[in-house]
Amino acid sequence: MASHEIEIILNRQLADCLSIPVFITDTIGNLIFYNEPAEELLGKRFEDTGEMPVEEWSTIFKPLDNNGDPMPPEKLPLVKTLSKQYPYHKSFHIESLKGKKEAISVTSYPIVSRSGNFLGAVAIFWKQKLK
Amino acid sequence: MKVKLWGVRGSIPTTGPDTEKYGGNTSCASVAYEDNLLVLDGGTGIRRCGSAYPSSRRIDILLTHLHLDHIQGLGFFSPLFDPSKEIHIWGPASSSQSLFSRISRYLSPPLFPVLLRDVPCKLELHEVSNSAFDIGPFRIQSAYIIHPGPTVGYRIMQENFVFTYIPDHEPALGSHGMIQNPKWVSGYDLAEGADILLHDAQYTQEEYPTRRGWGHSSINDAGLFASITAAKHTLFAHHDPSHSDAFLEEMLASFKSSSDISASLATEGFEIDLS
Repeated sequence: MASHEIEIILNRQLADCLSIPVFITDTIGNLIFYNEPAEELLGKRFEDTGEMPVEEWSTIFKPLDNNGDPMPPEKLPLVKTLSKQYPYHKSFHIESLKGKKEAISVTSYPIVSRSGNFLGAVAIFWKQKLK
Repeated sequence: MKVKLWGVRGSIPTTGPDTEKYGGNTSCASVAYEDNLLVLDGGTGIRRCGSAYPSSRRIDILLTHLHLDHIQGLGFFSPLFDPSKEIHIWGPASSSQSLFSRISRYLSPPLFPVLLRDVPCKLELHEVSNSAFDIGPFRIQSAYIIHPGPTVGYRIMQENFVFTYIPDHEPALGSHGMIQNPKWVSGYDLAEGADILLHDAQYTQEEYPTRRGWGHSSINDAGLFASITAAKHTLFAHHDPSHSDAFLEEMLASFKSSSDISASLATEGFEIDLS
């Protein structure tokens, strides 16, 4: 079995130590790890789901703009990071499958290895209070 | 292929009656097959290795990283000063400086009288990362592993035999220790099913919490790594300079009381023929 590169492993180990929700994806957006605070947002446990294909986890919550309209994927920080390999940040709302709305900010950054290879991305979700 | 250990001490050379049995020289091992010679790391153990293989015209030195205990002996490796020798030094690539530039920081005044560029042998440097390459009859795989600064481990294959060399490694770095899933274990691909795994086991389980992040493993974590990777036999290495022979034997006995993996303490002068 091929193991992940250490830059990915170290990002998971860091995420494991944090109290903020962190999602780690591979280069095409498949979710390869999320930490305990992120489990609360997803309503799922990593221990139960393991890795999730992008088609599956991207439908768990719906991103909405400040007017409550659905946001196109290409406006989302993580999607932009995956396509352009730069960090991005944006505040918006998410609606869970159960209809629960939360205001969040998302910071995403690319994982670029010591060798200069793009390995995946990290998205940090910051919860905000609804105005 | 014959594997020989020339230095198994971690951090700093440690000579004296208390370390006589397992040895005080820092990291160095050799892997030889006929006249083909690989030297792993250039700790102080490399000095004696330098005169042990006079018939090898080409010597390849594979450095895991450039911490002093892994390069301190380089300037005392006699083949470097022999114009008839062809020396290849392989080491981890950095994102900022060349391997030549980084080694030269040590092999240059005021730390050393001779410049690396002036050594009389035919010298060639090669940078490795997550790489696979051949040297003579050896198939070699290198991969970055968890240790401060650019650091690789090596998996050396010759015919059906595998020797894995990871003297400095902290795969358990993190709030919950090692993630016991091969996909998430640093160095797993290097060590999987190795006939002999030489692995960092610098600390006791009790010492490790106060040294977390220093880049080394407890003997228990080294044993867990060996178990996950299904290495056939593990040599616990990079002995802490403060650990006497008697203390190391107590560490091993304590470890073995709760583990049934095949393992022993790496010993300077140990030699094994994997054929």
